[in-house]
Amino acid sequence: MTGEGMNQAWVLLAPVLLGAIALAGAALNGALAARAEGRPALSGSARPMLEVVRLMRQRRRVTVAADRLLWRIGGMALLVIALLKTAVIPFGPWILADIPVGLVWFNAMDVMVWAAIWLMGWGANSAHALAGGYRFLAQAASYELPLMFALVTPAVAAQSLRVSEIVDAQQSLWFVVWMPVAFLVFCASVLAFSAWGPFATAASGDIAGGILTEVSGVDRLLILAGRYALLATGAAFAVALFLGGGAGPLLPEWFWTLVKTLAVLAVFIVVSRRFSGVRPDRLAEVAWVIGLPIMLLQTLVVSIIVAVRG
Amino acid sequence: MLSIIIFSALAIVAVVSGIAVFRVDSMARATYALAVSFVAVGVMLLMFDLDYIGVITILMMVMEMAIMAIYMIMFMGMNPALMPMSMVHNNRWSAILATGTFLLLAGGAVLVPWPARSGSVGTEDLTMALGEALMGSKMLVMLTVSPILFATIVAALVLANPRGRYDRWGDNLQRATPDDPQQGGLGK
Repeated sequence: MTGEGMNQAWVLLAPVLLGAIALAGAALNGALAARAEGRPALSGSARPMLEVVRLMRQRRRVTVAADRLLWRIGGMALLVIALLKTAVIPFGPWILADIPVGLVWFNAMDVMVWAAIWLMGWGANSAHALAGGYRFLAQAASYELPLMFALVTPAVAAQSLRVSEIVDAQQSLWFVVWMPVAFLVFCASVLAFSAWGPFATAASGDIAGGILTEVSGVDRLLILAGRYALLATGAAFAVALFLGGGAGPLLPEWFWTLVKTLAVLAVFIVVSRRFSGVRPDRLAEVAWVIGLPIMLLQTLVVSIIVAVRG
Repeated sequence: MLSIIIFSALAIVAVVSGIAVFRVDSMARATYALAVSFVAVGVMLLMFDLDYIGVITILMMVMEMAIMAIYMIMFMGMNPALMPMSMVHNNRWSAILATGTFLLLAGGAVLVPWPARSGSVGTEDLTMALGEALMGSKMLVMLTVSPILFATIVAALVLANPRGRYDRWGDNLQRATPDDPQQGGLGK
């Protein structure tokens, strides 16, 4: 198939692939959870599919005086946001929309998550859900600025906001090598904006599931799937920004992109299970007093290197 | 033709959701109606090929609405924001101010002699051009405006903040650790 034709096929393929990668992440998480409980890992990895079937058939529960419009919008938003992020992520030679400000687009979409999760918390008209929504906002106010500078740093090095040019700029040396802090901050932020692992306090058990307290049926399915989809796009974007995109020996670019994305996603899921929850009120000071200055130093060092090299 | 239809649809969305801000009875709906309005404007900017300004408008406005939700419970003591409430007050002066502002801006847009375009369409990097304008000829303006804006934000927060440093560090500011209802992660 010609390059142009393939790029058009990619429009249809990208959402399917995003779904498949997200499902792979969910299966891995299920397997790890099963093993931790002493059940066979294989039964755990089938759990997400069974959960999809169960939630598709479950009746929607609605609370009294819920703001249904905003609640539904919040619930479906995560998956839509993940799809919109996919538009600017290169998969080997293919990319849906290689816009000049792809990096800013990704950032704008992850800010949309703020709105989505708060609306989930607000819409249910439930105290636990609202507390969950506000926990996420408190967390978001802590991770967003370090995340923004973590995104800026590869753009400074590549002297472009276009994601394909950022990938091209890494042909000699992957950015993760000389901007490790930005890479780590970005990875932590991916977990944070996906409300995942240590940063899942918005949906944690101590507030009866927070934003997930009152959602059921297909709404719950969309939110849970949306979180995995956000993790998957975050992993894919980490590959494009820091891990050289499709660069690799012998095999085609798309293959390396896929392998790296799956590897980063697996690390996200395995590592998150090792940490306990991070309280948003504790995170705030750590993120602003330690995280942000370190991140700014990283950006400064990269800027100086770029300026000296010319 | 298609772009005219899309542009008009976005314009209608922007205006209708702008009106909705004042018609709904919930702060959450008003806030996000406003966000929709701004997002529609941001997409319109994208249609002018102003990629950076368009995307950054969407980013900032959505974030701003979320920050507003934080302020809603941070600084509004009795939390009326969480109950149904009217979104309008001081109707007469609001109407006068709104009409006056609209006439001023619309009149300006129509009457100002706009400069002719210097570069050709689609060839320049508009993000780069914007950066050069801000960091070059308009640098002095930005240098003056940004400290003023920043000082305003800090001053507003200081005025609104119910607990100042004397509440936290004691009358002589000599407590070893601050007395906070919520401990920060580092005890600062």
